[in-house]
Amino acid sequence: MPESSLVKDIHSSSTECRASPLRQFSQSSLPLHRNSYTLSTFCTEHNVQECLSHINQEMSSLGLPPVWTESASNSELNVVVVLNCMYDLIQLHRRGVRTLENMEVEQLKSSSNVDYLQLTSTRLKEQLELSKRENTGLLERERQLQLKVKSLQNLLKNEKEEVQKLQNIIASRASQYNHEMKRKEREFNKLKERLNQLLVDKKEKKQAIDVLNSIGRADGKRSLWKTEKTEAKHEGEMYKTLLSDYDTRQRELVLENAELRKVLQQMKKDMVSILSSRKQTLKGDKHEDCCIQADSEDEEEVFDSSTGSVDLYCVHAREKLTNSIRLQWRRLKSHVERLDSQASLAQIGESRNSDAVPRETHEEEMHRLKLEIQQCKDFIQTQQQLLQQLSSPCDEETASLLSDCFMLQEKERLREEWKTLEEQRKIFERERRNFTEAAIRLSHERKAFEEDRAMWLKHQFLNLSPFADSKKSQLSKSKSAFLIPAETQAGAGSAPEKLMKCPSDTTSPTHRCVPPTSPSTTDLCRTFCLISENSSTKPKTKTEHAEESSVFCNGNVPVQHKRWNNSKDHSSHTLTREKNSSI
Amino acid sequence: MNFSEVFKQTNQLCKVSPDGKYLVSGLPICTQTKYRLVVRDVSTLQILQLYTCLDQISHMEWSSDSLFILCAMYKRGLVQVWSLEQPDWHCKIDEGSIGLVSSRWSPDGRHILNTTEFHLRVTVWSLCTKAVSYIKYPKACQKGIDFSRDGCYMALAERRDCKDYVSVFVCDDWHLLRHFETETQDLAGLEWSPNGCVLAVWDSCLEYKVLLYSLDGRLLSTYSAYEWSLGVKSVTWSPSSQFLAIGSYDEKVRILNHITWKKITQFDHPAAINNTKAVVYKEVEKRPAVGSDDLSLHNITIGTTLFNTQSKYEICPLPVQIPVVKPDPDRANPKIGVSTLAFSSDSRYLATRNDNMTTVVWVWDMQKMNLEAVLEQTSAIRCFQWDPRRPRLALCTATTKLYLWSPAGCVSVQVPTEGGFQVQSLSWHCSGDSLILLGKEQLCLCYMDTDQDEK
Repeated sequence: MPESSLVKDIHSSSTECRASPLRQFSQSSLPLHRNSYTLSTFCTEHNVQECLSHINQEMSSLGLPPVWTESASNSELNVVVVLNCMYDLIQLHRRGVRTLENMEVEQLKSSSNVDYLQLTSTRLKEQLELSKRENTGLLERERQLQLKVKSLQNLLKNEKEEVQKLQNIIASRASQYNHEMKRKEREFNKLKERLNQLLVDKKEKKQAIDVLNSIGRADGKRSLWKTEKTEAKHEGEMYKTLLSDYDTRQRELVLENAELRKVLQQMKKDMVSILSSRKQTLKGDKHEDCCIQADSEDEEEVFDSSTGSVDLYCVHAREKLTNSIRLQWRRLKSHVERLDSQASLAQIGESRNSDAVPRETHEEEMHRLKLEIQQCKDFIQTQQQLLQQLSSPCDEETASLLSDCFMLQEKERLREEWKTLEEQRKIFERERRNFTEAAIRLSHERKAFEEDRAMWLKHQFLNLSPFADSKKSQLSKSKSAFLIPAETQAGAGSAPEKLMKCPSDTTSPTHRCVPPTSPSTTDLCRTFCLISENSSTKPKTKTEHAEESSVFCNGNVPVQHKRWNNSKDHSSHTLTREKNSSI
Repeated sequence: MNFSEVFKQTNQLCKVSPDGKYLVSGLPICTQTKYRLVVRDVSTLQILQLYTCLDQISHMEWSSDSLFILCAMYKRGLVQVWSLEQPDWHCKIDEGSIGLVSSRWSPDGRHILNTTEFHLRVTVWSLCTKAVSYIKYPKACQKGIDFSRDGCYMALAERRDCKDYVSVFVCDDWHLLRHFETETQDLAGLEWSPNGCVLAVWDSCLEYKVLLYSLDGRLLSTYSAYEWSLGVKSVTWSPSSQFLAIGSYDEKVRILNHITWKKITQFDHPAAINNTKAVVYKEVEKRPAVGSDDLSLHNITIGTTLFNTQSKYEICPLPVQIPVVKPDPDRANPKIGVSTLAFSSDSRYLATRNDNMTTVVWVWDMQKMNLEAVLEQTSAIRCFQWDPRRPRLALCTATTKLYLWSPAGCVSVQVPTEGGFQVQSLSWHCSGDSLILLGKEQLCLCYMDTDQDEK
């Protein structure tokens, strides 16, 4: 029964030490806690007093107010106090149970902890064992290695000694060999000498040259005797060649130097300009370093002194130049470094208040983007326009320009032609009028003539005998009747033809009306053709119109290009502005 | 690009005259004709002259005025000279029992300098006066004699009493102008600067030491990059006399300037090329794809090119690993280090070859002082030479192909001849319009398309 033991554990301090005679009650108090019906066994009617006193004792031992006081009344129990006690007891009990549970959990936890710790401790022990073993192994190995190292060092030492020995041997041998070689060479030389002597002395087979006839020198000159003069000449020539070589080299170097100096000067100028501009900006700046201020005076001096000194070749000037450049270079470097640090600082600052900035920048960005979109739209529009206008394939600028030229020329030409045509048409109109007038006159005349003839026939008829005359007159009449309609027919049929053809007739009187400036037949032909194809001129004019319109639109093109260019410029402007802004 | 027909030659003897008009080559030995020399017109390739020598020709050289041809027969100790203008004129110089190891023209073309066996002396023979003069104690070394570019002076390395000396002669009358001791252990070579004012002298490979002497014998400067390990392998002046390039056994080229004689820069030849702006051209061989219809009898009988591999250049993306041959450390003169240096005629480019990377030519830009291009061939490079007029490099690898590099790019050209013409060496014509290609027994001219390369 672990529970009881536990309870006992808890209450042992209070109950066991005090109420040893009442152990039985305390032992039985557990069922009291559990089952209320067992109370009867504890308290009967006979031992109420005892029970009360016992309870009282218990209560006081638990630090609760006594349930029953002897002084008040013997039999009556103070119900309120009892209830309070009960409540307190229940509270106590609950608390006890809770702590019990907690303790149990704690106990479990700690037991598992203990298990775990035991486990780990065993493992660690094992590890320790292992590492101990390893350690001993390593120590052993180290010992071995040290031994080895020692032996190797010994070997090395031996080897070094060996090497030294060998080197010595080599050196000695080399010197020996050198000596031997020299000896041999000397001997060899001696032998050579001897051989030479022998060969010279030997008469029977001498070296010889066999030339058919000797040839002239390559330069055509004769060979000269060797004299002091020739020697001097040779020396002179040698020095001349050397001198010329040095000359050329010097020239090259001078050129190179000049080039370098130029570069230096340029660099210096640039540096001066950069530094001076910086100085101006710095002067306005309040955070100017005092040391720079101190420098600036001699800086000025350097600028002034170095400007003219570049061309001077004396050592001092050169020194000055290089010094000034060095100084400026140092300054530039420090300046750049400072700028660098500033930039980095600014960057840091920017990154710090990057949260504050973005709204403005966003707005700006938006604005810019909107602008860009507008521009793009404009582009698209213009492009569409252009595409529409340039339905003809010549969409290139040059082509359009060329076609423009051609169109203008063509237009001019056509206009001129049109003018001449108009003139000629007028002339023809006049001629036609003349012709119609003439025809009218002719018909009038014919009428008159007809009347005359009728008169004459009547007259004849009246004059002749009635029989013979009538026959004759009838014949003649039939003849004339046959003739006249034919004639009239011919007249009617030929009149318009004549009208049309007369201009081609060179002898026509109307031709005189044509101005003398255009007498050539080809022109006439052309004009005739044009006139005869009067109906076909109409579409021509139409085409002309079309061309005109196209010319017009082509004429528009450059303007639009310009506009486009403008917009492009604009865009580039904006771009640069963007760049600026981004910078 | 056009190719002439193939002519026979022998012993790789083939030289174009300095004026670029004539081509002389040795004819192979036949039963009737012995040791013949044939002179052709370069433009028409027609035979102009035939000369018969006494023995097998070891060395052949044109005189500077293109009028005479020197033929040296070292075995017999003989020199024969032929005139182009007078075919019946002849000259024979017999060095006798003293022997002959080297023979050369003096710059005026009227004197012949013969070096005798054991370098006993240098004999100067005059063709004008038949006079003979001797210069004693010449040193047997890599490059013991050098004439200045203008032909005025001759520098000669000498060895007396175990010390190195340099003698400067005036070529005009062989007057000894200067004679000075050099601070070298064992002088290996000397070379005049192209302007003839500075003489570069270098020590043997045991010590890295380059000395620069003025014409008047003053020591201008001494340069040494490092000590102890093997040193200078090759030295070349730029045509502008502005740079002195020194190739050494440490696989580096060092460039000295002509004012302070200090090192401007050094060019390494790393086996792994990375992070440079250089273009790496790699020759890629590919056999032509043979279809079934190509295998007809007709093609096989006619096409010798069928069996030739085609090759082309590919630009390799960086990094590139270059094949390296590890030299045998136990043998003398290890095959490592920069042995060949050549400046282009305008001094703009420098071509180098590192001996342990035999298949690679390096081209350096002298203005930017960096690597311009790397040409990796499939086989070892035999010879390369710059065009005397343009920045254009021709190289050969003893294959049937000719390779050209220019700043614009790289090209590989098959020599279209029958019977596998393998280009062993090549030399430019002085006009830069054609190339003389030498095979083992043949020679062939290659004409450049002048208008094409102007594009």
